[in-house]
Amino acid sequence: MQAIKETLTGPIFKNNPIALQILGVCSALAVTSSMKVTLVMCVALTLVTAFSGMFISIIRAHIPSSIRIIVQMVIIASLVIVVDQFLKAYAFGISKQLSVFVGLIITNCIVMGRAEAFAMKNPPMASFVDGLGNGLGYSVVLISVAFVREVLGSGKLMGFEVLPLVTDGGWYVPNGLLLLPPSAFFLIGGFIWVLRSVRKDQVEATEFKLASHATVKEGT
Amino acid sequence: MSGNDSTSKTLVVALALCIVCSVIVSAAVVILKPIQEVNKTLDRKRNILAAAGMLAAAASEEDINAQFADINTRVVDLNTGKFADGAVDVARYDQRKAAKDPDLSEALTTKEDLAKISRREQYAVVYLVQNPRGAIEKVILPIRGYGLWSTLYGFIALESDNNTIAGLGFYEHGETPGLGGEVDNPRWKALWSGKQVYRDGEVEIELVKGAVNPASVSAPWEVDGLAGATLTSKGVTNLVHFWLGENGFEPFLLNLQAGDA
Repeated sequence: MQAIKETLTGPIFKNNPIALQILGVCSALAVTSSMKVTLVMCVALTLVTAFSGMFISIIRAHIPSSIRIIVQMVIIASLVIVVDQFLKAYAFGISKQLSVFVGLIITNCIVMGRAEAFAMKNPPMASFVDGLGNGLGYSVVLISVAFVREVLGSGKLMGFEVLPLVTDGGWYVPNGLLLLPPSAFFLIGGFIWVLRSVRKDQVEATEFKLASHATVKEGT
Repeated sequence: MSGNDSTSKTLVVALALCIVCSVIVSAAVVILKPIQEVNKTLDRKRNILAAAGMLAAAASEEDINAQFADINTRVVDLNTGKFADGAVDVARYDQRKAAKDPDLSEALTTKEDLAKISRREQYAVVYLVQNPRGAIEKVILPIRGYGLWSTLYGFIALESDNNTIAGLGFYEHGETPGLGGEVDNPRWKALWSGKQVYRDGEVEIELVKGAVNPASVSAPWEVDGLAGATLTSKGVTNLVHFWLGENGFEPFLLNLQAGDA
């Protein structure tokens, strides 16, 4: 029981797939300009990671190692298509905004990473929980990025006005940079900084040390 | 585990997995298709109504369908400017695909191609808003053209005089959020309502830098430009000029006005 709980909550802060492993950053840049879209993306990714882990784990004893990556891809891709079809049917507006990024869950490193690193070696239930945990870890980062981007970039949260914009007769001049994907780099960087200041064990060892400047002798 | 890696086991696993996955994927696609189609149609109707300025803020599916019952969908031959309802099947005609099909479109010369769309289709689908007596109240025309980064797709609605703009809106574009992306700003879109398109037979409407001076004589033909988005503003001016000009809907609008479409 303790192990299951650890599998579920570990990836949220202790072993966060984005903040510690720096995986799956691409979609974190693309879909975080509004909270609603981000939430749907988080749910989609969490479901795909959890279920792909479970299915791969169920057949793990029969997967020939020569084609194991292809087998994982087929399972992940099928799940992603199913999720995409459901979104198109039941959340059309949001699926239009997510456009290709739902399809790109197939290539999300977190999903592949968990399939290869965890599901191939662990029983189905544990793999499912591991997928959920990593999905939650991904979600925590995306939701915090989306919160900052939507509130300061467009003065709204979940589409409701929080800070009245100058263009709509209010007082807040929105930060245009936050609506563009590169801003998520700064925010994710900030998130990692805060996380590593709290949890010092995540700080990586320095690979090299800067040599001090050579001192120039007087008169030469 | 060597048993797993034999050629026969590899083939069997691959084949079985493919069959199972393809069944699941096809089932999802087939079962959900009808719901998706409804969504797509509703989305298109919503865009058309929004362009015409007829869309209530919290319109439900029933409201939109009810409003759309008053709207007559017609096909126009852009070369002759007359209705050509028999030429294509409205329900299955995809105007965006037709614009790329050499059989259904023609290349534009650089001089003609104001909107930078390179090809223009022969048939366009237009929407006529009619009152209960059958008189046309508004005409909604599809427009598109290149801005800064992307092609903007939208609709423009004209009042029954075929000159006064009732509304304009884009339902798809990839302009910079916060700058060119402000084409979606309802306050900016509202500026279009009541503006005039033609002056002495020429398309005159344009986006100007900054705000329009209401005292100016040309104010009825001017709309505020988008701040910080010169090229998107130019693109919008160009695409409106193209689609309401002689290679666009002008012949049709003249015929419509003369009662001869």
